[in-house]
Amino acid sequence: MNIPIPNLSLVVLVGPSGSGKTTFAHRHFRSTEVISSDACRATLADDENDMSATRDAFELLHFIAGKRLAAGRLTVIDATNTKRESRKPLVQIAREHHVLPVAIVLNLPEKICRSRNEKRENRTFGPHVIRQHRAQLRRSLKGLGREGFRHVFVLKSEQEANEATLERVPLWNDKRTCHGPFDIIGDVHGCADELEQLLEMLGYLPHREGGVPHYRHPEGRRAIFLGDLVDRGPRIVDTLTIVMTMVAEGQALCVPGNHENKLKRKLQGKNPSLTHGLAQTMEQLDSLPDGTRDAFAETVLSFIDGLISHYVLDDGKLVVAHAGLKEQMHGRGSGRVREFALYGETSGETDEFGLPVRHNWAADYRGRATVVYGHTPVPEPLFLNHTVNIDTGCVFGGHLSAYRYPEREIVSIPAAQVYCEPAKPLEPEPSGLTAQHHHDSLLDAADVLGKRIIHTRLRSGITLREGNTAAALEAMSRFAINPKWLIYLPPTMSPCETSQLAPYLEHPTEAFDAYRTWGIPTVVCQEKHMGSRAEVVVCRSTAVAAERFGVTGEGTGAIYTRTGRRFFDDRPLEQALLDRLDRAITEAGLWQALNTDWLCLDCELLPWSVKAQELLRTQYAAVGAAARGSLSSAIGALRQIADRPDLDLEWTSAPGDSAHPADPGELLDRYRSRQARTRKYEEVYRAYCWPVSGIDDLRLAPFHLMASQGAVHTDKDHHWHLETIAQLCRADPGLLIETQHLTVDLTDPAGITCGVEWWEALTARGGEGMVVKPLAFSCRGSVQPAVKVRGREYLRIIYGPEYTAADQLPRLKSRHLRTKRSLALREFALGIEALERFVRGEPLRRVHECVFGVLALESEPVDPRL
Amino acid sequence: MLLTITTTHQSASDLSWLLHKQPDKCQAFSLGFGTAYVFYPQVSDTECSACLLLDVDPVALVRGRPGALESGPLDQYVNDRPYVVSSLMSVAISRVFASALNGTCNRRPELIDREFPLVAKLEVLPCRGGEGLLDGLFAPLGYGIEATRCPLDPVFSQWGESPYFSVALSKTTTLQTLLTQLYVLIPVLDNYKHYYVGESELTKLLEKGHRWLGGHPQREIITRRYLKYQGRLARRAIECLEEGDPSFQDIANPSPTEQQLEEPPKLNQQRMGAVIAALKAAGAKHVIDLGCGEGRLLRTLLSDKSFGRIAGMDVSSRTLERAAARLKLEELPDRQRKRIELIHGSLMYRDQRLTGYDAATVVEVIEHLEAYQLIAFERVLFEFARPQTVVLTTPNGEYNGKWAHIGATGKRHRDHRFEWTRDQFNSWADTICARFGYRARVLGIGETDEALGAPTQLGIFSQDINGGAQ
Repeated sequence: MNIPIPNLSLVVLVGPSGSGKTTFAHRHFRSTEVISSDACRATLADDENDMSATRDAFELLHFIAGKRLAAGRLTVIDATNTKRESRKPLVQIAREHHVLPVAIVLNLPEKICRSRNEKRENRTFGPHVIRQHRAQLRRSLKGLGREGFRHVFVLKSEQEANEATLERVPLWNDKRTCHGPFDIIGDVHGCADELEQLLEMLGYLPHREGGVPHYRHPEGRRAIFLGDLVDRGPRIVDTLTIVMTMVAEGQALCVPGNHENKLKRKLQGKNPSLTHGLAQTMEQLDSLPDGTRDAFAETVLSFIDGLISHYVLDDGKLVVAHAGLKEQMHGRGSGRVREFALYGETSGETDEFGLPVRHNWAADYRGRATVVYGHTPVPEPLFLNHTVNIDTGCVFGGHLSAYRYPEREIVSIPAAQVYCEPAKPLEPEPSGLTAQHHHDSLLDAADVLGKRIIHTRLRSGITLREGNTAAALEAMSRFAINPKWLIYLPPTMSPCETSQLAPYLEHPTEAFDAYRTWGIPTVVCQEKHMGSRAEVVVCRSTAVAAERFGVTGEGTGAIYTRTGRRFFDDRPLEQALLDRLDRAITEAGLWQALNTDWLCLDCELLPWSVKAQELLRTQYAAVGAAARGSLSSAIGALRQIADRPDLDLEWTSAPGDSAHPADPGELLDRYRSRQARTRKYEEVYRAYCWPVSGIDDLRLAPFHLMASQGAVHTDKDHHWHLETIAQLCRADPGLLIETQHLTVDLTDPAGITCGVEWWEALTARGGEGMVVKPLAFSCRGSVQPAVKVRGREYLRIIYGPEYTAADQLPRLKSRHLRTKRSLALREFALGIEALERFVRGEPLRRVHECVFGVLALESEPVDPRL
Repeated sequence: MLLTITTTHQSASDLSWLLHKQPDKCQAFSLGFGTAYVFYPQVSDTECSACLLLDVDPVALVRGRPGALESGPLDQYVNDRPYVVSSLMSVAISRVFASALNGTCNRRPELIDREFPLVAKLEVLPCRGGEGLLDGLFAPLGYGIEATRCPLDPVFSQWGESPYFSVALSKTTTLQTLLTQLYVLIPVLDNYKHYYVGESELTKLLEKGHRWLGGHPQREIITRRYLKYQGRLARRAIECLEEGDPSFQDIANPSPTEQQLEEPPKLNQQRMGAVIAALKAAGAKHVIDLGCGEGRLLRTLLSDKSFGRIAGMDVSSRTLERAAARLKLEELPDRQRKRIELIHGSLMYRDQRLTGYDAATVVEVIEHLEAYQLIAFERVLFEFARPQTVVLTTPNGEYNGKWAHIGATGKRHRDHRFEWTRDQFNSWADTICARFGYRARVLGIGETDEALGAPTQLGIFSQDINGGAQ
């Protein structure tokens, strides 16, 4: 006997002890697919015959079966299962996971079972047990189908059991190997005029044979009909003819709609009410000529009867069903799956128009497969969480729409007229936002909390520890701006390796060496502006902010810090800056050049004092003030001892003390150089401060053009970024400053010397230092996206005013860059991933997950001076 | 980092005996965090000065610190410690001038209790709390005070003033008294200590302060700052000092400079009471407190058997740790422990863990939310968590006019994004009810002013069984 087993099913072996279930299971299934009650008993009680463990063993067995089926794995139950009560929970588990239960019964003669059991040493129970099992089995055999087993196979002899072959067959809904391209068409409801126009617009050519149009696409595209072909509209028979012909000829697939289901019942002679347009269908069928009417009706009935509830296509990346389908049901088969695919999920209540209140399954959808569906008419195709509803209500005077896959485009034909008045007017969302934007105004804690692993294009499997996501939740909730603006957070940046040269902590040589070691031939050195990092999202209008970002009432963009906080508490100032930027982008022609209505820019905003005012006052200036006051009084006192002729001018240390005494003259010199160093320190921070009374005192230095409509620009090299941004800067030189840069060929010694000199000149002028980046923006592996080389003077405000002192610098040279660098790589990958997801139009939670990840990683403790 | 002690006592050089440091020598002492130098810039019979110059090694200071990533002045190499008179100076005094501080002088014991005209110059001394505090600390002890403030940055005069002073304190007293008082009061003015404050610090304070601290009008602030605001230690210090000083009883109230003046504690009690009453009136059994903070309401709920499961959610995991400690969760008997759960979460995110409670309380939380956050919060609570009852409080902004220190236009807390008038709160409540299918009652909590209403507004929202959400 050949036993076909659906690829995903729960196979329940049924048979008395000694009937050969275990042998059978191991012959036909992988050992991991089989869960045996004996093994469960052994797992729990160290003895597979310990009957006291039976109850727990079955609990365990059911638990494992449930977990396997949830994960979509074929599962075989090896237990006697001769009693109805023991099969019932198994059928239940199969149903819960929308999997077909299959029974394979080993109904072997009693003596065979008995003789097998006698040969086993550990089977001590008497022959009455087998008799009992067989009696139970006999009583069960007829009812297995009624219990819920979709397929029942009974093997009656040893020979039958030995000769049986098993064949795994795909489920009917499994069309993973069909890769398209497809044109998926929404609810037609007998609007054949629009259907013909739509098919032709999509490039299908009709060949008329015997008065019937045979549509076929010259490039081999296939149509998929989402059901509800019938009822309500004017040309139901023609619609059915077109679709049935295409399906029969392999030019189309079709899933059933609820209206087909009702029509089927009518055609089967049942008596459903002729409401919701069924009357029109019957009328149009009845008006067919006598000779063809019955034959046509029969064809329609068998066509509908053969329709599969839903299809899983293109390696599981595409799912089609009339009313949609939740992820747990994709590729599964059960009555409930079919029910869902036809009607969706209803709460059982009705709304004020008398229509069923539908649970919005798409709002909870988290799957990766795109689900295309219809059923509920909407004014515009409705995209939400990788689902799209393309029932644009043609029969109600809307449109007939198709979703082109994999192009992901919509093609629509307007209805020629209103064929049927809708019960509820088709009105757009009152908020003016898309369904996705509206949905995204609330994120879910389950999508960000706990330990998480994020897969990005640049780096797979970035792990966020639970403690870090908790820290990020706090930072995000308390300080961050509206998450809808947060489409990018920049990565941290590591300094170069510590310099070998005595007077330096950082020097370009190490940065150049590192990039050459990473196999990078050319780098771009960019001036590092000393301000505060600012991420800018700017839209052409508030309408664009609503359309692209789903933000209303918050102006035309946002300027935020590298931790997602609002840059300016002064909102009018922020908007004024965005307006200036908008004008500059317009003048530079960038809106057109990039074919966009928004931009995301990575910038430095100057002066430093505008954002760091508090820090400057309480830390930087304060330290300067303290140094000024105390060092001068110390110098005064030391000079006084130099004036005391009677003094023993040798320093002594107390007995046993390790202090190194010095000559008072030396100590005085030492304090004078301390004073000189702290004065330099004051000069350093002062250079980055100027008073700001309004927008005219601000400077913005963009250096990366991260993204615009439809594009993340990390595929372009830094020259492109700098040149494009230079055009922008020339449009408003009062506000925008260009970033000086130098390209260095790392295989050319002269070029490297040039790079070092360039850095020296830059830092001698009081510059913070430079950032070295590989010419290509985005790099894989361990190549840092950027490495900073800070100036010797600048580092006073990082390592301390006097860090250059001979007793400090050598000790500061031991630094550990590994954590910082690893974070930089992971944060870079997450930041780019966030932008790519945003630009692809993915739900906010998918973008937010990455940005949240950057914040989470930033809570990792790292030496803050790096 | 420079302490200069000068006396004009005859003979002035007695100072060197007491200090136990020879006047014709320069001496160096290593102190772990740096080196202390002692020298005499001036020695004569009429005037003698001794300098204690503290040379702090900033690298050692940062490197030697466990948990160096905690926030505080020492996390950065750019900090004022190498330049100021701080707790490091107190340590230096106790090490370098140990005998003088402890009142021993083997060679000239008669000098110990002798009062000298002394001047202590401190360069520079951080005074967090300004010149007023400097006077407040030293004037009651009988010091003459001369203080010159260091400019913060002469180039940016608009940045205001620095907290640093060059200070000269003069008084005729024993050297031991001077050093002891400096030892205690330097870190108090600086309001920072570079080391861990524990039990031994309390002992030290009592030992150093028993003669003069009990009667000091600022003893409260001195104790609190000296013990780094560890309330338990500070209370014990005060108790101990009180025993030795009957005059203490008249200062029961904490000094107003330190006390958060937001509102009398009575209001908070009234608010908590009203919340509990509202929960009981609604017959709520299982309650979740959103924004539970350190668990003040949770404690009341937990002690009341008429409530069942209790949960507290807060966005700060550190606050929750404190709540767990204050509620003594680990010590609760099993049955009690199972009743309560602390959840780290945010009102900005929809959260499955918030469902399944009869009532949610939101006490003094929403005024901390930005507009877009409030929108998210409304949906998180009223659309998804959807408890039968929501009890919510928020300040009545109108009432602020009653408090002189806030004023009609001021806010009660720096972090408050808004403080609604009664009309604003009522209309918000109406919108919530209409959108989500709730009914609301609004009450005033606290002493009611005829024109301005009560200080706190309390809204009780209950799910409307008849009408669904719009």
